[in-house]
Parts: sequence; C-alpha cells; structure tokens
Amino acid sequence: MTTAHETETKTEAAVDAAPAASAGATASAAPVTMAGALNRALHDAMADDDTVVVFGEDIGPLGGVFRVTDGLQAAFGADRAWDAPLAESGIVGTAIGMAVYGLRPVVEMQFDAFSYPAFEQIVSHVAKMRNRTKGRLSLPMVIRIPCAGAIGGVEHHSDSSESYWASTPGLTVMMPSNPADAYSMLREAIAGDDPVIFMEPKSRYWAKDELVLPVRTAPADRAVVVREGTDVTLIGYGPTVRTALEAADAAVDEGLSVEVIDLRSLSPFDDATLDASVRKTGRAAVIHEAAKFGGYGAEVAARITERNFFHLAAPVLRITGFDIPYPSPKLEEHHLPTPDRVLEALASWEWELA
Amino acid sequence: MSLNVEPGTLRALPSEKPLRLLDNAGHALEGEVTGGFELPDADTLLELYRRMVVARRFDVQVTALTRQGRLATYPSALGEEACEIGAVSAIRPEDWFFPTYRDSVALLTRGIRPADILASFRGEWHNGYDQREHRTAAQATPLATQTLHAVGLAHAARLRGEPIVALTFLGDGATSEGDAHEAFNFGAVWQTPTVFVVLNNQYAISVPLERQTNAATLADKAVGYGMPGYFVDGNDVAAMYAVTKAAVERARTGGGPTLIEGFTYRIEAHTNSDDPSRYRDQREVEHWRRRDPIERLEKYLVSEGVLTESIREEIAAAAEALAAATREAMNEEAELDPLELFDHVYAAERPALREQRDALAAELAARSEGGER
Ligand SMILES: Cc1ncc(C[n+]2csc(CCOP(=O)(O)OP(=O)(O)O)c2C)c(N)n1
Repeated sequence: MTTAHETETKTEAAVDAAPAASAGATASAAPVTMAGALNRALHDAMADDDTVVVFGEDIGPLGGVFRVTDGLQAAFGADRAWDAPLAESGIVGTAIGMAVYGLRPVVEMQFDAFSYPAFEQIVSHVAKMRNRTKGRLSLPMVIRIPCAGAIGGVEHHSDSSESYWASTPGLTVMMPSNPADAYSMLREAIAGDDPVIFMEPKSRYWAKDELVLPVRTAPADRAVVVREGTDVTLIGYGPTVRTALEAADAAVDEGLSVEVIDLRSLSPFDDATLDASVRKTGRAAVIHEAAKFGGYGAEVAARITERNFFHLAAPVLRITGFDIPYPSPKLEEHHLPTPDRVLEALASWEWELA
Repeated sequence: MSLNVEPGTLRALPSEKPLRLLDNAGHALEGEVTGGFELPDADTLLELYRRMVVARRFDVQVTALTRQGRLATYPSALGEEACEIGAVSAIRPEDWFFPTYRDSVALLTRGIRPADILASFRGEWHNGYDQREHRTAAQATPLATQTLHAVGLAHAARLRGEPIVALTFLGDGATSEGDAHEAFNFGAVWQTPTVFVVLNNQYAISVPLERQTNAATLADKAVGYGMPGYFVDGNDVAAMYAVTKAAVERARTGGGPTLIEGFTYRIEAHTNSDDPSRYRDQREVEHWRRRDPIERLEKYLVSEGVLTESIREEIAAAAEALAAATREAMNEEAELDPLELFDHVYAAERPALREQRDALAAELAARSEGGER
C-alpha cells in the first residue's frame, strides 16, 4: 500500500510531468466522453492501489446506470468492485468502516436526490470523523454523485445538492466540467486522505473531448480560467461552464470581452483565482442550476464582494434555476439558466457600462 | 434452544424466554433455558465480576460528578453492567468495538483511561481517546449509525484476510432506525464478522419498548435477515459472555454475523437532564433493582467459594482507587488550545481556515494583553 505521503508526491510529480489538458492533445488523441474518462480513472486508481474498492447500486455486471464503473468487476473481481444492497446510508456507513480499516472506498450514489438517505452518515460521520477523533482517524473515501439536470429525468433525478455538501465543514466538494478534469480530479480525489464528494454533471457525461488518457490537469483545488476576457468574469461549475462559454461567445457581438472561470472545486474555494480575475474585469456573475435562495452562488457573490468591493464596478450577479423543486422534463428548459439569460443579466449592468 | 445454523437455512425463532445460565438467586441452571451454552470457568466469572464492580463504581462516581456540575452530561449504565461487560469481554484486544454514548463502562473494560472516556461528556473535545490504539471507535451519538461502520470494518478485515471481529452495541430504540436495518441486512448479505448486541433497557428516553416494536423480542428480527438471533437475560453476565463469545468465534471463522438481545433495565435516568418519574413507576425500578446483575454473580461466586472476603476487599479497593482517580482527573481543569479547533478539519491546510485561525489567535492575544493590564 502506498502511504499518503508517497501518493501526494506522485500526484505532484504527475502534475508537473503531464502537459496541461488543453495543450495535451497529441497526434493520437481520440474522442473521450466524461463517463469514459471517469471509468478510466477508476480503473487506473484500482490498478495502482489495491486498497481502492468500488461499490454501490448496480455498479457490478451492469457497470452503473451511467456505465461509469463498466468493466471494473470483470477486471478486478467481486472483492474490489461489487453490488451493494439497495441502501444509501448502508453504502456510505459501511464505507466509513472500510476506510477506518485502511481501504479507500469509492462509492456511487445512483442519482443526486438518492444521496439523501445517506445525508446523516455523510454530514455526521464522514465530514466529522477527522475532527472528532483529533486527526487520529481520517476517511480516505470518495462519494461519487451524478448531479444536476438537463437529461430529461423524472422527479428526483435532476437535483443540484452541492450547497448541502459545500456548507459542511470537513467535506471536500469537486465538480469537473470536462473529460480531462474528470479523469485528473477523480484520481486526485481517490489518492487524497480526506473524504471527497465528487459530483458528476449528468448532462456532461456524454460530452467528448479529443484526449489521450491518462492526463493530469490543474490541481483539483484550483479554479481555472477557461477563457480570457477583460470586461466581465463569468463563473460556472460543472454543467454551467458550457453555458458560460456560450454566453461569452455570444457577448462578443455586443462588444463584451468575457472571462470564464471553471470553479472545479466548490470546497475549498479558490479565492485567489477569483480575486485576480475580478480585479481585472471589475464585474462578476455566477451561474448554477440550483435554486438561487441560499444557493452556492450566494457564497460566491459574498466572497467576491467581501474581498474585492472597491474593485467592483457593479454588484455580483447570480444566474440560477428558479426557487422551485426541479421541474418535470417537459418544463425543465424553462428552469435552467441559458446563455440568453446570462446575457440578459449582464445587460442589467448597462447603465454602468455606458 | 440455540440457533447455531447455516445461513439460508434459518427458520426457527429465538426462544421465548430469555436464555440464562444463572438465575436471580445465583444458582447455576441446566436444561433448555441455557440454550446449550455452558457456564464460563470460575476464573472468567471472577474477572467478569471484578470488571462489573469497577464499572459500577465508575458509573456511580461519574453520575455524582455530573450532579456536582463537573460534567455536562453522562448517560448512566447502572444496572446494565452485565450486557456491557459480558459482551465486550468476549472480544480480543485486536478486535474492534463500536460503542454508543451509553457504553462508557465498556470503554473502561477496553482499557481506556477515565479522563479520556469523559473528555466528551466534560465538553472538552467530541472524543478523547485513540481509536486505533484501543481498536475502539468514537462513541456514536446519532442512533444506530455506528452499526454500519462495524459492518464496513468487518468486511474490510475479511477482504484482507485478517481474523478480526467487529462488535457493536445499540439500544432498543435504535433498532427502529433505518441504519440498524441496513446494518443487519448488509452484515447478513456480506456475511461479515460482525456481532450486534442490542442493549434492551426497555426505554428510549421516555418511550417504552411496546411503543418501539411489535416484535415479540428484538432478537426475533435476526431471522428476517438470515442470521442467528439470541434473546438473552441481560442481567446474567455469564450468559451474555457465553453467547457473545460463541458469536464472536463463529464470526471469526467465517460464520457471519449474529444479533444478540440483552434484556435488561436502565436503573438511572436516561441522562442527568431526564425526569424518569414522568414515564415510569418507581415500583418498576425497585423490581429491577432486585434483579441486580452484580449481586446475582456475587451470590454464585460466594456459594462456590470462588469469591472470598479478601478478594472482595481487594476488588472494592481497586474500584475505590479508580473512583478517586476519576474524581481527581475531573477536578483538574484540562488545558484546551482553541487554535487546535482548526487543526483537525482537513488533512491539508486550507487558506480560508488559516485566515480564521489567525483571526482567533489575534483575538486571543489581544484578550490576554487586556487581561495583563
Ligand atoms: C438519529 C437520532 N435521533 C434522535 C436522537 C436523540 N436520542 C438520544 S438517545 C435517544 C433514545 C435512544 O434509546 P435507545 O436506543 O433505547 O438507547 P438507550 O439510550 O436507552 O441506551 C434519543 C431519541 C439521537 N441521538 N439520534
């Protein structure tokens, strides 16, 4: 078994050695989906460290309902990848015991809203174990949660639960938006010594990039500027990074130069990257699918404002889903933040832009 | 009638009468009521007696200290010593134990120092001992959650080919929680080396057993999961020890989990902030006082000539010494470092937490300067 220290060093070395994802495409780059990248990350993590085990509902022969665990049982056997009884609290609770005994469990919650039966285990035990035991026990475990909507799912299949996890001290919360990050961040999540809520935007599972795996992108706790601009900073994560990029493209016609940041890590929060961008542009807006009220965007807006008030030319905006339960598939398009809504929100600054 | 049968073939229910090896007068029993279990040898019984006496003294002392305001809260195990000590004595030091808030006296049996056991009830830190050193998890407050941890740890040990057993305790009320069901089911499906001991003290705070379950016994539940279940007289430490020991050895050799119900009674209040006169009759308490688990074993050991006056005095002296040490430890004000609050949240330092730590440090410095003036 590798020690925590060795793992850290390996990760650092890999980050240094590997080209950045965007520049990483080589002649033999092939289209890779995010689901495929996650699958490969799990496979490689299990191959490198035999304490990594994967279990959850339907993750064995079926390979998970999104096929993220496809082939793992065939490759590593039923002692490393297995179907759990159908009980989320049981899955997370037993993973805790395994982590205490030296395994690195990676468990799957089938859909975001089905993680709620495990809420207590996650919030009361996963998040607090290090703290209540004065650091004597840590839980190196990953809870993978397919999240958010726009896949035509019926009730309970499209929730955005990130703010519950992000406001819980002791948890690390990540959400990749593209295949390269999905691979790199999941490897980092599994190798780390703290528990990670790893949120996977369902609507991006089948998005493809030209890529050669394995790949190491920026460290998972950093936000990344995915498009440079000078007038406005647009902040997205997971599914809304694409929304932000589309809005930025469209804004060019209106003479706006929009910088787009992919947050990647919701907790910890990368203040430094945000501060630098906002001080350059003087304006910021954050986009997410979850409800606005008490949502994650409120935290983003508050942090930016607290730290950069005198550099801001306008209030920080939030472009979010409505404050309603996630709608049925035929109505979800009305709920989700669109590039048009983003542009409209930016236009509300017009009085100041003029 | 014992239920030592292969998984999948389980049909019989646990016996209707609690299984016991010693009656209330301290007589050794024979026949069906013993379920085929044998009375542990004299040395073992004497050691169980010693542990129960020490545990009782500790419990009484801590309850007194709580009344004096030295502890914020303490859930007493008075009257439940046979369940606590009998069961936890049946595992080895290398096995793991997953306790609840009520199981402080079992922690004592695991060799944990009183001051470390009581750190949480004094409000110093949520947990005060080294889990790995003692192979004992932090005492769980959210009901039944720890039972799943015990299943997971046992499963991991089995995957790694290590003959480790995980013992976990839960209350009668906790058996109604979803996590208890999930733990029983996971343990049985995965055949983990886990032993579940339900300390049925007949009340969940104020709610009596009949409002908690419609099952004839809590041990009956085992049948539905496909594991052996034993309904045991929880005031008979010999029976609790023998049944748990058999379950532990079966678990260790690949026989899967067992559910054991110890039928006992909580003599004290739920915690110091509870008023039991609102929900139970004092005559009921007196009835159970006359079924004291320590007196029962004492009668047997005296009648067998195992417990002599000098041994009894020696044990009493040891119990007094522990009580004195506990008082002393509670008289000392613990040195607490507020800045440590930030040290155990994440493995790696976080800038935002460092900022908050620095802010608190500055505040503390300013306060102590102010105090010096
Ligand atoms: C999930 C949860 N719900 C409620 C409580 C509050 N609570 C603490 S102890 C208790 C009663 C538990 O009774 P039982 O399981 O019989 O154990 P006992 O205290 O009698 O040993 C309750 C309701 C809790 N700790 N956890």
